[in-house]
Amino acid sequence: MYSEKVIDHFTNPRNVGEIPDANGVGEVGNATCGDIMRIYLKIDDNGIIEDAKFKTFGCGAAIATSSMATEMIRGRSIEEALSLTNKAVIEALDGLPPVKVHCSVLAEEAVKTAVADYYRRRGEEVPAAAIVCDGCCEACAHKAQEE
Amino acid sequence: MPFFGELYGNPSSAYSIGAQAAEALAEARKTIASLLGAKSGEIYFTASGSEADNWAIKGAAQALREKGRHLITSKFEHHAVLHAMESLERDGFEVTYLDVNENGIVDPAALEKAIRPDTTLVAVMLANNEIGTIQPIAEIAEIAHRHKAVCFTDAVQAVGNIPVNVKDLGVDMLALSGHKIHAPKGIGVLYIKTGTRVRTLIDGGGQERGRRGGTENVAFAAALAKALSIAVERMEDNARVAALRDRLADGLLARIPYARINGDREKRLCGNLNISFEFVEGESLLLWLDKNGICASTGSACNSASLEPSHVLLSIGLPAEKAHGSLRFTLSHENTEEDVDYILDTLPGIVQRLRDMSPLYNSSMARIADVAVRG
Repeated sequence: MYSEKVIDHFTNPRNVGEIPDANGVGEVGNATCGDIMRIYLKIDDNGIIEDAKFKTFGCGAAIATSSMATEMIRGRSIEEALSLTNKAVIEALDGLPPVKVHCSVLAEEAVKTAVADYYRRRGEEVPAAAIVCDGCCEACAHKAQEE
Repeated sequence: MPFFGELYGNPSSAYSIGAQAAEALAEARKTIASLLGAKSGEIYFTASGSEADNWAIKGAAQALREKGRHLITSKFEHHAVLHAMESLERDGFEVTYLDVNENGIVDPAALEKAIRPDTTLVAVMLANNEIGTIQPIAEIAEIAHRHKAVCFTDAVQAVGNIPVNVKDLGVDMLALSGHKIHAPKGIGVLYIKTGTRVRTLIDGGGQERGRRGGTENVAFAAALAKALSIAVERMEDNARVAALRDRLADGLLARIPYARINGDREKRLCGNLNISFEFVEGESLLLWLDKNGICASTGSACNSASLEPSHVLLSIGLPAEKAHGSLRFTLSHENTEEDVDYILDTLPGIVQRLRDMSPLYNSSMARIADVAVRG
């Protein structure tokens, strides 16, 4: 059911962990739905993503999309990270089963939420491209849990 | 399998190979009846366990609808039962879904409270398919009968695993399925006690004493009879299988913190183990187990098309996040102590590895000693 690339990123996930001095952290999903992704970003003074790491609770596709999304934004500019789409993540993984597409949506939203956090920490206005729904991809029947 | 070759005859036809097929069908029916403590005339072949469930529930509800339109079942039935009930609700029937206690058992006292003069059917499964818990069906049937209701049990998961005798259970109808006991997929049986009023679900050409249309699947019926005979013989091995299952359960609980067994530990099928691991998700556990040559299943939403966690695990009070981290192991007489020990060596490392990348898991929590993962 999964492509070889998905299995590769699931069994050997890239960028697992936390960044102690991250300046942007985004968490999306909830345990009720069965997926939580937390992405840590270290963004330098020139707006380049020096490092990206993740921690994910979820299925094989959730882990693989987290791994791929962090790979795709490392070393890129904030603008490039914000233009990352779930479709690009799916393509990079050689496809996902239809029922797992929402995992790629979560990965895209986790990146955007982490970037939004970066702007908030700096006291700057969050660009429209970084605003996503409140941590639920609406793929399932549950609503996002209140913080 | 002569029924696909020289004995291809239609059991309803007049020619001689048809008669031979009819004889084989009668023989299969007799074998199954005797293994269940029933009469041959009470055994009806269907195309699946789901068909048998649908026939029993819809057939009895419709046949008795002048008497009443209230039906009772439990919250953790198989979807064939739950969805048949929901279909009847759309047709104007009222259904009470009994709660299941935290050990995965339907309390007969709950039935006693819910049953009414207009209740016509009580349907509770004999053994749950996910957590393996065995239900007090004899008591449930007694209560149903005292209130003039028909009692049906879905015994798909129980037949071939525990002794099943329709007289001891006291039920009016019982469903079973072939593939659960190593017969081919696509054959089931509905036992209907003589005198039970059930409307026909599949109208047709008079097969199965006029109660279930469609030319009988002679080959699969014969296979089912054989498979059931073998399964009943193998029950001698149940105690050994239960000991293996307990070794696995105790071993996993000892090695992995934040784990719990789902369902009563005593009143359950010998080969069933359902266990939840906090902070991790079931499908990712399955992928790692599969990579290590271990086949299991999960109640996680992520492993289903519906994206909803197991209704069985939710019914016993498990919160969704723990249902997501559940695994079901099914052991059989073919499994060995080495198999169990291999799982005990392999799974703790898998759980730790996934916990280490889980945002729900605090790294200061109790760790599993051996974190090596094979493969």
